[in-house]
Amino acid sequence: MAQIRLNKVTKRFEDVVALKDVSLSIEQGEIFGIIGMSGAGKSTLVRCLNYLEKPTGGEVEIEGVILGELSEKELRKKRKSIAMIFQHFNLLMQKNAVDNVAFPLRIQGVRKREAREQALEYLKVVGLTEKAKAYPSKLSGGQKQRVAIARALASKPHILLCDEATSALDPQTTQSILELLKGINRQYGITIVMITHQMEVIQKICHRVAIIENGEVAEEGTVEKVFRHPESEAGRKLILKEQLREGKEPINILYANTRDVNGTAKGEMILGVSDQSKESVIQYLRDRNLTVWEVDDDVDKTGA
Amino acid sequence: MMWTKQVLEMIWQGVLETLYMTGLSTFFGYVLGLPLGIILAITDKTGICPNRFLYRTLDIVVNILRSIPFLILLILLIPFTRLLVGRSYGSTATVVPLVVAAAPFIARMVESSVKEVDAGVIEAARSMGAGTFTIITRVMLVEARTSIVAGVTIALGTILGYSAMAGTVGGGGLGDIAVRYGYYRYEEGIMFVTVILLIVLVQIFQLTGMKLAARINHK
Repeated sequence: MAQIRLNKVTKRFEDVVALKDVSLSIEQGEIFGIIGMSGAGKSTLVRCLNYLEKPTGGEVEIEGVILGELSEKELRKKRKSIAMIFQHFNLLMQKNAVDNVAFPLRIQGVRKREAREQALEYLKVVGLTEKAKAYPSKLSGGQKQRVAIARALASKPHILLCDEATSALDPQTTQSILELLKGINRQYGITIVMITHQMEVIQKICHRVAIIENGEVAEEGTVEKVFRHPESEAGRKLILKEQLREGKEPINILYANTRDVNGTAKGEMILGVSDQSKESVIQYLRDRNLTVWEVDDDVDKTGA
Repeated sequence: MMWTKQVLEMIWQGVLETLYMTGLSTFFGYVLGLPLGIILAITDKTGICPNRFLYRTLDIVVNILRSIPFLILLILLIPFTRLLVGRSYGSTATVVPLVVAAAPFIARMVESSVKEVDAGVIEAARSMGAGTFTIITRVMLVEARTSIVAGVTIALGTILGYSAMAGTVGGGGLGDIAVRYGYYRYEEGIMFVTVILLIVLVQIFQLTGMKLAARINHK
């Protein structure tokens, strides 16, 4: 049985529909990615998983318990097994690293001394023992996220929700945080749900991925499959954009008309690229068995 | 004739009375104003337990109390003060209107301090299963403490000013001396000294308060 199951989850904010009939299931021990452009509804979706946002329709089931059926008190208890880390770390600025990590234990009623002892253990796990006494204002972004991860681990969660956890970090730090999360997933068997707009995050650590667009699941599947054969328009756009960035040149999708034919996308797309990146883009597309014409149009730029 | 031992003793007595009124009024001002400010912060529409009715009610009450000039409040409250303290003059009696005047503006300062706390940190605490009370005591008051201490400094200075004003109607303290001797008897020397002492007191409050605020801040 799936550890996390969403059944037609809908979230309406007054007259805006943030999520529309989202159904997903996430298995115990997996790293599940949820990707989408900003405003697609990812942040709302992840907050429905621990009921920081209460869905206006549908069901969220965690380990066989339907969150909507819990009382406020039971819900708070349930949240202790669902830890969360954030884009901006959200540490207490007036507490040092070890007390930040001890915080979830303290609010569960663990005595100060014992909470600190345990907190030090988790700081060791994230490799920050020597920063135990440092306040967040003295830590780098990567170090702050490590403290946040240690804090998440302190409540011994079964599930870890990551809301754009690497979006405020530079590529190298992102890399090391992803390694850490991967290790945690392996070592503790904690299920990780990664919300991100960064393709490389999904590629590096996720097993399965769901693409969210306009509050709906555009497609889902193993990372391999979604990357090789994106079936949805949203998926193709995301992946194309990301992969063409290998040439580090921005491209414009000027026109796209593709449809699903027996599970493969067929159709045509007009891309706007600059002269410098033209060669690499064409080569990239040809490598993937796509037919490429160069369109010399009236516009200044060359269409490929 | 002016600087007799008697006069100096009177001025020293005035200093003590002023400190007594200011200290006690600030203390009770916070006993009422701190919870009121927190309730205002959390019941506002962006707070952690929005309650439109409660917020609007408290908001209006606080605004009304803050609009009444202190001297008028002092007189309006005489029956209430008499009921509470037994008489309506002297420094202990002055504490009553001082608290009533200070609590609403303390509440406003606390409200704004608490609202400054990063919403992300509060969300993180909620995600860990913290309830409203835990969030108030372990997140809001901890994260806002620097700003709250700075507020106490401002409150002390303002209440000291009010207490001097209360002196004009028999409230005791330095203000009382300044009015009785300086204004009614034209002894400018005594008035001058009391005013200087008031300035020195405000300076001391301000300096120590800000130093303390800076020391406890880790942001």
